[in-house]
Amino acid sequence: MQERQALGGRLLTVPFKVCAAIVLIGLFFLGKRFIFGIGSVTNLNDGYPWGIWIAYDVVVGTALACAGYSIALLVYVFNKGEYSPLVRPALMTSMFGYTLAGVSVIFDIGRYWQGYNIFLPWLSNLHSVMFEVALCIGTYILVLWMEFAPTMLEKFKADELKARLNRVIFVFIALGVLLPTMHQSSLGTMMLMAGHKLSPLWWSGFLPLLFLITAVVIGYAAVIFESLVSSIAFKRPLEMHLLSKISAFMPWMLGLYLVVRIEDVNLRGYLPLAFDGGLLGNLFLLENLLFLAALLILAYPNNRQSPRLLFIASCAMLLGGGMYRFNTYIVGFDPGTGWRYFPSVPELFITFGIIAAEVMVYLWFVKNLPVLPRLKKA
Amino acid sequence: MKIRRRDFLKGIAASGLLVAAEQNPAQAKRARKDLPPNAVGILYDSTLCIGCKVCVYACKQANNMPAEHTKANEPMWDDPQDLSAKTLNIIKRYGVEGPKDSVAGFAFIKRHCMHCLDPACVSACPASALVKNPENGVVTYNKKACIGCRYCQVACPYNIPKFEWDSPFPEIVKCQMCAHILAKGGISACCAACPTGASLFGPVEKLRIEAKRRLSMTPGEYYDFPVANIESTEVQQHRAGGYVQHVYGERELGGSQVLYLAGVPFANLGLPDLPEDSYVALADGIQYAIYKGMVYPLVVLGGLIYIIRNREEKKE
Repeated sequence: MQERQALGGRLLTVPFKVCAAIVLIGLFFLGKRFIFGIGSVTNLNDGYPWGIWIAYDVVVGTALACAGYSIALLVYVFNKGEYSPLVRPALMTSMFGYTLAGVSVIFDIGRYWQGYNIFLPWLSNLHSVMFEVALCIGTYILVLWMEFAPTMLEKFKADELKARLNRVIFVFIALGVLLPTMHQSSLGTMMLMAGHKLSPLWWSGFLPLLFLITAVVIGYAAVIFESLVSSIAFKRPLEMHLLSKISAFMPWMLGLYLVVRIEDVNLRGYLPLAFDGGLLGNLFLLENLLFLAALLILAYPNNRQSPRLLFIASCAMLLGGGMYRFNTYIVGFDPGTGWRYFPSVPELFITFGIIAAEVMVYLWFVKNLPVLPRLKKA
Repeated sequence: MKIRRRDFLKGIAASGLLVAAEQNPAQAKRARKDLPPNAVGILYDSTLCIGCKVCVYACKQANNMPAEHTKANEPMWDDPQDLSAKTLNIIKRYGVEGPKDSVAGFAFIKRHCMHCLDPACVSACPASALVKNPENGVVTYNKKACIGCRYCQVACPYNIPKFEWDSPFPEIVKCQMCAHILAKGGISACCAACPTGASLFGPVEKLRIEAKRRLSMTPGEYYDFPVANIESTEVQQHRAGGYVQHVYGERELGGSQVLYLAGVPFANLGLPDLPEDSYVALADGIQYAIYKGMVYPLVVLGGLIYIIRNREEKKE
């Protein structure tokens, strides 16, 4: 095991205070939601029953949180031990991302006080994709906390407990690879049911496969993005030797995605829709151009050595993958009865509050727990 | 190490089937669902409807639904514009404006739950709050099970389930074909109230035959039309309208227990053109191909546990 260190340092920095202010505003609107109903703070309606709380917080948010999944695949399944310095930060982002997605589901569901009904065996609907997603995500949140537990036990010097946990940790690692594979593809399957209400540019029998690939792509992009940003923010050396090796896999994933995505729309005969100049067509083109741009940058080994180009490519992948998922759940969705949806300000602030809370917890964790690799004294 | 990796790859070969199964997603759909043994339904004939909306009123009475005031300056009337959390059944008027003797005219349509044979809402609901009665096929809602996730709203191809957005303790609201009246041997309130027989209650098998009979009528001739319940003896004489030769709901998305007849194209009445296979059958088929009833995931999990444990042991 490699040595890790807590960064230490002052917690109440300016970014931390700004985040705290956003969280407070979010909490205010959240209080309103629980007293007066979901309609009092959102623009959700009977035509668009799902808005950004689902499309961003859960569908895009858990993809961003696939950093842990993507790195676990590399380290544990493909046995690339050299990436293990990336494991803890990645697991930590996953743990926050998934936990907060789970929390925001509680804000979103109307009858939250009986949310546990899903898991009562006599009420569980085994045919429901939503049931599978809920069960997998719920279990995965627990798995992530177990996977991350050794880090906290180190902090509190609970060595015996840590040793005991380490003896069974392989079960959690295995689940940590299996569960995201299942629910990330199922997030795509979920929108199959929307049928004719979802634009043919997004509705496809390949939704599960495309959602799985975007989860992996966004996961790696998040690892690269997070590593570069935190290195700069905390004035640590860039982990370029690892990042450029990881990014060597990306052109293959992106290529596979683009072939399936474009060929699927083409075979169903809807490719002309992409070029009709409408909003949906343009968004479709933009999504795929972002992925293509990342592919072209990362295809050249020299480019993968440049922090600047890696950063641009990771942003393109995050945006492209995020847009694909967002468009599948909201923009490409049209119930066809004149309904419109654009998130309201309070609705947005609740989402911003969740993101701000994530940043605050991240700052606290890296400063107080042994997450980032220990720097060797020169 | 190489041997182990090969073993492992065997283990995850199953997940390769995930891709294989999806090579032709269109073929992954499962079979259609049959009509439940004692399926009851409603045949709505747009050519007989006079737009009196007494069915909308009767529905509110029978289901204790509140009046809806969409026009702020005339607060005394119940004037719903569309289905909502306060309105389970509605008559809508679709018109084409224009000079006389042109295509100008209008037609009514009655909208409420179709009680699909393969209901997307029932399949979508994670907590079995929406269920299809195995005997009469009526799709009912149980608020004690519902978690308010609204997947039923996303999944319903007809946009029927509605949500109480302004309540801190919201429920999903939809037509349940007056299940509480059916349980006492009665018929749906909208059909009982309809003065012309435009809304006709009865066993779906009989309604399908009746619909076919109407399609074969000569426009302009007088025929007997049953009123309220197809099994009652009450009939009225009407002139047959010029029907569009299609029973909407007979095959759409695997069929439904509510059937429509009309004199104008159904698309003009807000009823979308839909394929014969339900999206549920497609989604179920793909889920089954990927998971084979949880067998594949367990195989993959076994493979993962095996290889990761070997790695961890080797490290120590």
